[in-house]
This record gives sequence, C-alpha cells and structure tokens, in this order.
Amino acid sequence: MIPEVGHFALIIGLCLALLLTILPAWGAYRRDAVMMGLAPGLAIGLLVFVTISFTCLAVAFLQDDFSVKVVASNSNSLLPDFYKFSALWGNHEGSLLLWGLILCLWISAVALFSGQLPLLVLARVLSVMGGIAVGFLSFSLFTSNPFERILPGAPADGSDLNPLLQDPGLIIHPPLLYMGYVGFSVAFAFAIAALLGGRLDASWARWSRPWTNVAWAFLSLGIMLGSWWAYYELGWGGWWFWDPVENASFMPWLAGTALLHSLSVTEKRGLFKSWTVLLAIFAFSLSLLGTFMVRSGVLTSVHAFATDPARGMFILVFLAIVVGGSLTLYALRAPAVTSRVSFAWVSRESLLLFNNVVFLVSTLTVLFGTLFPLIMDALGLGKYSVGPPYFNAVFVPLMAITAPVMGLGPISRWKGDSVGRWQSELAVPAVVALLCGITLPLLGREYNLWVALAATLAAWLTLGLCRDLWNRVRAAASPLRGLRRLTPSYWGMFIAHLGFAACVIGIVATSQYSIEHDLKMRPGDREVLAGYEFTFVELANVRGPNFLADEARITVSRNGERVAALAPQKRRYLASGQVMTEAAIDPGLFRDLYVAMGEPIGEEGAWAIRLHYKPMVRWMWLGAILMAIGGFTTAFDKRYRRQRTPVRAGAVAEAATRAG
Amino acid sequence: MHPVRKQRLLLVLFIVLFSSAAIGLVTYALRGNINLFFPPAEVAAGMAPPGQPIRVGGMVAEGSVRRSEDSLLVRFDLTDFQASVPVEYEGILPDLFDEGQGAVASGRLNARGVLEATEVLAKHDENYMPPEVADALEKSGYDHKGNKQ
Repeated sequence: MIPEVGHFALIIGLCLALLLTILPAWGAYRRDAVMMGLAPGLAIGLLVFVTISFTCLAVAFLQDDFSVKVVASNSNSLLPDFYKFSALWGNHEGSLLLWGLILCLWISAVALFSGQLPLLVLARVLSVMGGIAVGFLSFSLFTSNPFERILPGAPADGSDLNPLLQDPGLIIHPPLLYMGYVGFSVAFAFAIAALLGGRLDASWARWSRPWTNVAWAFLSLGIMLGSWWAYYELGWGGWWFWDPVENASFMPWLAGTALLHSLSVTEKRGLFKSWTVLLAIFAFSLSLLGTFMVRSGVLTSVHAFATDPARGMFILVFLAIVVGGSLTLYALRAPAVTSRVSFAWVSRESLLLFNNVVFLVSTLTVLFGTLFPLIMDALGLGKYSVGPPYFNAVFVPLMAITAPVMGLGPISRWKGDSVGRWQSELAVPAVVALLCGITLPLLGREYNLWVALAATLAAWLTLGLCRDLWNRVRAAASPLRGLRRLTPSYWGMFIAHLGFAACVIGIVATSQYSIEHDLKMRPGDREVLAGYEFTFVELANVRGPNFLADEARITVSRNGERVAALAPQKRRYLASGQVMTEAAIDPGLFRDLYVAMGEPIGEEGAWAIRLHYKPMVRWMWLGAILMAIGGFTTAFDKRYRRQRTPVRAGAVAEAATRAG
Repeated sequence: MHPVRKQRLLLVLFIVLFSSAAIGLVTYALRGNINLFFPPAEVAAGMAPPGQPIRVGGMVAEGSVRRSEDSLLVRFDLTDFQASVPVEYEGILPDLFDEGQGAVASGRLNARGVLEATEVLAKHDENYMPPEVADALEKSGYDHKGNKQ
C-alpha cells in the first residue's frame, strides 16, 4: 500500500512541476501578477509531494518490503537500519528520486528566501527550475520507477546492498554531492531568467551569487567525501583516480569555480556579463552530462550500475534540450547585454579573468580526457582508455600557474592597480615564501623539488592573504574594530583560499612522499616502513552483524614505542557472498599509516599485506573542508539580504545604462 | 587604435596563445598515456603491438590462477573462449577477482606473448560486467560461462 502512495505522490509531483513550468512563465509573458504569484505556492506543493514519495520509499526500505523491486535487489533484513535507509540511494532508481527531492528542496528554498526579488524574476526562475523538475521526475517515473513491485513471488529476503556502499561515508556522500550538482540549477535558472528578461545587471549577479557559492560549497564537500571514502574503503590507499565519474563531479566544480569568480566581477564592476551567463549554463550542463555518464552505463567505472540504454537515451535527449535551448536563447539575447566598462590590464578584473580562463581550460581538458574514449568508441576507432598520467600531465601545470596569480588577487584593486604597488606590498611575502619553499622540504623524508614548489606556492598564497588582512585591519582605528568591519564575503574568500593552499600542500606532499609496500606476511613477521615497525601479531576470525571476517592484528611501533594497533579485515558478506577489504588506518595530521589485507598465500596463514605510509594526506581533505566553509560563509553576507543599497545600486544602474 | 579595441585584441591574443599552449599540452600528454583495448582473440592473432601499453579483458579461465609461494606474483589466463592470453601480475588483486569472472588487465605484452600487467580491474558488484569484457564476449560469440550462443 505504502509504495503505491509514494508512486501516486510522485505522479502528483510531476503534475505540479508541469504547472510550475507553465503557469508562471505564461504569467510572466502576459505580465499577469496572479499567475506569477502562484509560483511559490506550487514550488512548496511540489516539495511536499516529492517528500511524501521519498518517505514512502524510505519506509519500504526500513520495513523490508521485499515485494518492491528496488528494495529486494538492494537491501537485506540483516542490514543495520541506517544502511537500510542509505540503501535507498545506493541504486539507480532511488538515487534519482533523491536527486528529484534535492531539486525540489532548492526550488522551495528559492521560493522562500527570495523576498527581495521582483515577482517577474522570481516567476521566471521558478518556472525554469520547474522545467528541470519535469525532466527529472518524468525520467524517474517513465524509465526508472522506484516503486515497481515484484508481484507475485516476492523474494523472502533481499539480495543485499553492495558491501562497498555499507559505510557511513556513503550515507552522506551522495546527498551532499547532489546538493552541489543540483544547486547549480539555481544559477542556471537565474541566468536563463535574466536572458528571458533581457536585463543582466549587477542585481542579477547579486541574487545568484549566494546560491552559486552555497552549491559550490556543497559540491566541494561531496567531492571531498567521495575521495575520502575511496581512500579508506576501496583498500588501495588511493584518493583520486581520475575515474570518469569522479571527473563528472569535478568538471562542474571547476566550471563552478570559474563561475563564482566571474560573478564577483559582474556584481562589483558590471563586467563579463555574457561570459558569466555562459559559465552558468556551462556549469549546469556539465552537471547534467555527469548524470548522463553515471546513469547511462557507457563507462567502465566503480560508479556504473548495470543499466538499460533507454535511460541513457532519455538523459541524452534532456541534455540536448537543456544545452541546445539555453545556448539558442543565449545566442538570441546575449548581444543585447554586452558591456563596455573598461579596466586596466593591471587590475583585479584581469586577474579574475585569468582565473576564469585557466579554470575553463582545465575543465575542457578534463572533459576532453573523459569523453575521448567515448568518442573514439562511437566512431568505431577502438576502445581507448585515458589514464591518470594524461590528467596529471595536463592538470598539474595549469593549477601551478594559477597559484602565483591567485596570490596577487586579494591584494589588488578593482579597475586599475600598479605593478609598483604590487612590488612594495608583496616583496616581503615573496621572499618569505621562497624561504619556506627552500626550508620546508628539509622536514620531509628527502629533499624534493615538487614539494619545494608546492611549499613556495602555498606560502605565497597564505602570506599574500595575511598581508591583505593586515592592510585592512591596520586601516581601522583599532585592530579589533578592523576585524569586525570585514564582511562575511571577505572571510569566505580568505578561508577558501587558505583551503586551496592546504590542498596544494597535501596533494603534492602525499604524492611525492608516500611509500607503499605490498608483501607477504606471516603472523610474527615484521616490516619497517619509513621508520615505523609493523608487526603481524596474529590472525583472528571475527563476526559482524552481516558478515564474517578474517582479521589481521598488527601493531606499529616507532623507536621502541608503541604507536598504534591496527586490525584490517577481509570480510565475506553473508547475503551476497561478496568479499570486501576493510582497511585499517591510524590517522594523523602529518601522516597516515594504512594497512589492508590482500589474499591468503600458501598454507601457513600467510597473507598478502599492503602497508602504506602517507604523509600530509589529511591536508587535502581539510583544505576541501575549508573551501566549503568559505563558500558557506560568503552566503551570510548582509548585502545579499538587504533590498538594495541606494548608493551602489544607483552607480550600477548608471553603469548599466551607459553599457546599454 | 581605439583603446577598447586594443584591449580586446590583447585579450583575444592572450586567449589564443593560452589555448594553443593548452592544446599542445593535451596532445603531448595524450601520446603515450592512452591505451587501446584488445579482446584475447585479437591478441592471439598478433594484432596487439608488443611493448605498447594495452588493455586486455575477458573471463579469468577456470583453473588458470596460480600464485607464487614466496612472492605476490600471480599468473592467470584471460579468455574469450576463442583464445586466451597469459597474464602475469605482481601485487594485490581486487576483491572480486576470481576464476570464471570478468576482468580487465592493463600492461604490456612481452616477447613471450605474456601480458605483464601493472593493473588488474575486476567488476565491482555481482551483477555488473565491464563493458569491454561484454563486448569481447559478444565478438567471440560465447556467453560468460563459455557456452556457444
């Protein structure tokens, strides 16, 4: 009964989404305030019904209703309750419903928190988002109905959730990632609404900025969690594989990074308007492309589910409509919104332009590497695969040239600056950064030029930020007042840039200094790795709630002192019989020790054991968390909630008329 | 020249230079870092270049997995039931690697015709078959259990 309620609620949701697409758009076209006024109510109604539908599916999972196909193939009565719940999105149908729910959350959030938006704009934005909801809800209903029953002959028990997904990281990774993916639909909807209205002014950028920043922050967190999960769950100790599906989430992030920097120029200076719109379209299209790649089964990837081609076709058509439609609209309308505000080459604008070009080019190179195998295969030229060396060779230099420019960004002025001022402000940070680069690698295992470069760049970023902060604080009457005068926008930028510096250090140090030993160990064997002595004490049999495991008990000591006791497992899950490696990690701010079991070798209880020493690996994830915190912080800026500050709005309106 | 036009010209020049540098980088990185997939039948027919990075995928032949007693060296055969390719790999195999299951090995063919693998990928859940393996089997006309279709 409950699944039918859910199915019915989803159908009503689709109807409401259709109304939300059509009525406000019609109202906006006819300038009919009543019809436009329906938009927020419809948005909330849509959320209510999709939530009911989602809850029904969750109940089916929690109550072990194995007559529902999705539940039968992805859950099991032995599964702990929280995994039963997260099993909901551990499969194609359920994850699409989650996608739909999150989209509805964003739509309602726009409807609720946009009191300062003119009704006309709000109606258009909600209508565009309603259109996206129609696409996804009908995808869910027509090609991958999560409420499909197996009647008669429902199985007595389910075939279990893939053991890889039975992990706390997987409970929150997909929702966060989807919050980011789908969040870019808000920026997209604002861009389309602006094109429809033909008015792309600074207020448009100010409205869409907080949404974009928050979506970007969620996406950063989602990607970071995915990387962390891969690190401890897959048992290889890798944290980024340039897997096509990782790229699918990384490309919107790169484009989103370009977008939020470009939005800042559009808001503050009224420049790059059509460029920003294009980026907003691009970022969301990449989110859709990511969905297509993950859901169509065209890729060999740890994320691919077994799927049928109809689904791939549906998303491809949807993608074509969204991308084709929005680019056509852009082509028709964009020339009307170009601006002719000028800026000097030595200025913050040009630095941000540089950021945009670098991030866009990075996005395109990643896109190329990801699509290359698909294109070659489609043309019948063979089945190629593009490996991590390609991505590293292209991506690392691009990021390496971003960092020096990024250090200049915060301190430089809008409109025009001078090289002389840069020199006088940043001479000290530059020298100190170089010193850091020369000395810091001495603390590592051996002197390494890549680490030296990374340390220099990270120190340059950090010190440049500190110099700028000092300038701002010094200008005030007292340091405390100076600090309090800084806006959340500024703090957000500050924290996010610090996060980037931490990421750079973490990624380079862990790539260069990690040591990995794969070896055969018997109980009683010892192995020394980077000064740590690993002793294989004993082998034990362990029973978990739904698995049996062989557990290797390993103690680690350094200079005779005990550091950690690690117990990696090799699990066999009872329902599916699937075998899975559970790594054991001793985490630390400056190093991780990582042990995983391979397979048994020979007769005497020997196992293939994988030992890793991973310095600074946490810095990368901490950096990503800082970036996310930065993104969230900017959204608290008061200017996004105020109606319109008369002075600035006046100046911008003037700029806009000059531009027009 | 008009200052706005000059600025635009500089901008275009910058973008052109930058993109060509990026394209140069991409082509450089792409050479040597891509590898082509071969079904076992094509490898046996000598169509795969020795010494080049390639991938071979198929089913792990029943009874073919032999582990060394004192190291992590593993030998096995990948088959599409028309022909099979011997593979050597030193390291830890993925969890779902097993006889009678699909796997993809990447590495180089040595002079003896053995694929010296640097990476072995197995499927990651019970119901999933790597698309390349499915394709190789389709070409050979056998299903995954070795029955002629």
